[in-house]
Amino acid sequence: MSEVIVVTSGKGGVGKTTTSANVGTGLAELGKSVVLIDADIGLRNLDVVMGLENRIVYNLVDVIEGNCRLKQALIKDKRHSGLFLMPAAQTRDKNCITPGQMVKLIDSLREQFDYIILDCPAGIEQGFQNAIAGADHAIVVTTPEVSAIRDADRIIGLLEANEIKKVDLVLNRLRQDLIRRGEMMTVDDVLDILGLPLLGVVPDDENVVIATNQGEPLVGKNSDAGQAFFNICKRLEGKEVPFKDFGKNVTIWTRFSGLFKKNLQEERA
Amino acid sequence: MNIFSIFKRKTSSQIAKDRLKILLISDRVNCSPEMMELIKNDIAQVISKYMKIDSTSMEVQISKTGSSGRNGKKMPVLYANIPILDLRD
Repeated sequence: MSEVIVVTSGKGGVGKTTTSANVGTGLAELGKSVVLIDADIGLRNLDVVMGLENRIVYNLVDVIEGNCRLKQALIKDKRHSGLFLMPAAQTRDKNCITPGQMVKLIDSLREQFDYIILDCPAGIEQGFQNAIAGADHAIVVTTPEVSAIRDADRIIGLLEANEIKKVDLVLNRLRQDLIRRGEMMTVDDVLDILGLPLLGVVPDDENVVIATNQGEPLVGKNSDAGQAFFNICKRLEGKEVPFKDFGKNVTIWTRFSGLFKKNLQEERA
Repeated sequence: MNIFSIFKRKTSSQIAKDRLKILLISDRVNCSPEMMELIKNDIAQVISKYMKIDSTSMEVQISKTGSSGRNGKKMPVLYANIPILDLRD
């Protein structure tokens, strides 16, 4: 049985596409068959993050409109034989398809793949409705900033209203140095506000920029963000992976030692 | 500036958290902070007809993690914490 996951955030630029690319690639690395669907019609980007922009012939809208067969629009990944990308149309807009058509498309992919991952566009309009229509599970990506968290909270409400029961949080772009100085909200602060189960914490890592420049997802590679994304994939596969300590407390042990550190810092201050 | 002001200085992360808490309340139920203030005052007025309460330290807020509704969905709840003054004092 396949799992349909939508990666969403509300706010733009918090890392939806990066998360989609890396989670999809990581799951393929774990031996799963995965299709990544770029649901951002008109502003496609998942193809460039994956480094597959030169191979696009047909896209999602072509499939829905019947201009090509489903298989023709699936682009095979460079490195993983079990990973495919269905690109979005670039010259159309989000209103050219309906949620019903998306559900039909997803259902036709369910047999073939273990995971169907949808990269949702920013915003809460038609594009969002299309992207979440066929999803069983949502990953909300946010950064520890007021604007991103506010939008995430709105999105969580909309996901609940659309009866998506399983909603997890990925906290992106954390900076340990800022958290230690008290100038960035901690993982616990954000969890406290949004009240979602935590799926992953991804540190702010320059390797993400480098990987995007090169069009190669960094999941599993020897970098902080690469490891964090790989841990997300393992958790999706049902494995228990402890969360890394980001300045303060996540597991019971780090919570304990975090308290100790905090006291020390206060004494010094 | 004395030594205590160093302890009391709010970090920007604390400011962010405080701002978000207020912001999200109004976002979640489409209810502005001003309206919450009016609700709070009205509740205080009604309750004080029957008992002596400490209206300055009472709290009224909407939180998301309330009891489950009919279809198992979390419903927002209006939570009021109203300290009752002991009449024996």
